[in-house]
Amino acid sequence: MLHSLPLAIKVEALEKRFDKVHAVRGLDFEARQGTILGLLGGNGAGKTTTIGMLLGLVRPTVGKIELLGVDVQTNRPLVQHLINFESPYVDMPLRLTVRQNLTVYGKLYGVVDLKARIAELAGILDLTHLLERPTGKLSAGQKTRVSLAKALVNSPRLLLLDEPTASLDPDTADWVRGHLEQYCREGGATMLLASHNMGEVDRLCDDVLMMKEGLIVDRGAPETLKKRYGRASMEEVFLDVARGTGVHARETTDE
Amino acid sequence: MSEVVSNLRPATGSPGSRIGAMVLRHWYLLKSSPPRIIDIVYWPTVQLFMWGFLQTWLADQSGKLAFAGGSLIGAMLLWDVLFRGQIGFNMSFLEELWSRNLGHLMVSPLRAHELLAALAVMSIIRVMIGLIPVTLLAIYYFGFDLMALGLWMVAFFLNLMLTSWAVGMVVCGLLLRYGLGAEHLAWSLIFILLTICCVYYPVSALPTWLQPVALSLAPTYVFEGLRSILIDGVARPELMFVALGLNVLYLVAATVLFFWFYRDALEKGTLLSTGE
Repeated sequence: MLHSLPLAIKVEALEKRFDKVHAVRGLDFEARQGTILGLLGGNGAGKTTTIGMLLGLVRPTVGKIELLGVDVQTNRPLVQHLINFESPYVDMPLRLTVRQNLTVYGKLYGVVDLKARIAELAGILDLTHLLERPTGKLSAGQKTRVSLAKALVNSPRLLLLDEPTASLDPDTADWVRGHLEQYCREGGATMLLASHNMGEVDRLCDDVLMMKEGLIVDRGAPETLKKRYGRASMEEVFLDVARGTGVHARETTDE
Repeated sequence: MSEVVSNLRPATGSPGSRIGAMVLRHWYLLKSSPPRIIDIVYWPTVQLFMWGFLQTWLADQSGKLAFAGGSLIGAMLLWDVLFRGQIGFNMSFLEELWSRNLGHLMVSPLRAHELLAALAVMSIIRVMIGLIPVTLLAIYYFGFDLMALGLWMVAFFLNLMLTSWAVGMVVCGLLLRYGLGAEHLAWSLIFILLTICCVYYPVSALPTWLQPVALSLAPTYVFEGLRSILIDGVARPELMFVALGLNVLYLVAATVLFFWFYRDALEKGTLLSTGE
């Protein structure tokens, strides 16, 4: 059924070189609308560079990126208001209150009836009592919820998340995952999720790309990957891929 | 383009609303931080009293010194427009780097040229916050009314702001390309103009070989024009036209340079790590 949905992300022959470093080497992948795609890999695997290219913060050396059906290297303004992201590599102004930050970003994204949208997000993400507090005075978990509110302020149809629950306690992280899953499943939004939390990937992702040294070394639904590697959890699959061990790696080597 | 997205249109917000959002962001920041406001007013006030006392002393002397002294406060106030204009432009940009917020902005529908326009508006606001109280102090303590220059003041202000934006854009480009490692340039680059643009002395005071350099800089004509009015009582509109022409050239060159650095930052991926 998923295969009948239109594509939200389509990447072809995507490469990025930084001088002598070949960070991303010829990626081909796609994600259908309303699905959640996981991007896994160890440090230096090329996940952040890939997300940076999708977001328009890094220019690909070669390759093509289509988001929501639009070639973003030539027509990004057509879809920019329909995309949002959250990443540990960026922050929001810490001196501004939560409400001020959401107001600024709501206006940048051209959100209609912004006050109501902020109130709605504050209710959903349990931020109502924090709206008038400076963002810098919040705990790490509260800041993450504010970042998620910013990422959702424009009701994006495509959401790119880099480690969205990294600094959250297990209870809050579980609650955030639940909300993100609900947002995508019920709203028909697409999510690209880069995470080191394998439980999160197992729970949320319809499809997973395993990256290593700039390449996609394996892909499939979490259940498929676990069967392929003969493992009980995605964590074990991740370790097999990262260390080049495991059933599938041995089969690949033998070939 | 697929059928599902064939009805996509650019964001509903206009360029004006996005520029307004960025101005609002920096206005929120200024409002929340009294030290930032004090910093904007502090140095112009210190400078005013330093040059004001010197002018008072020179006015008691005889001959040319007494006449020349009359222009010091005016020159100081106009230099502050140039200096604060550039610092105001770059401070707003640096705030985005310090807060690691630039990635969020560049992914949003905000265009790079809209960000530059917002920085220009913020530089005017910051200059006004510093200039208005200091101008009033100059009237009260030293009897020097910059606003008495009338439309000439508008011409001086406009030309100096245009130069400050051109310098500001080049510095922003360098910050994009080299990150916060280039931060010191934001504070120091403009000071080369302090000596060469003849803020406090005429072009003829420079060595002969340096005078053509001074005459290729727009602010030189502003300060020469100010001295011509205050010391000789002669208005010279041609100086303002030359300054305006030079400023147009600077702005075109600075815009080209900024976007060259911007493209280079996209190539090198430095927008992902601008807070480092």
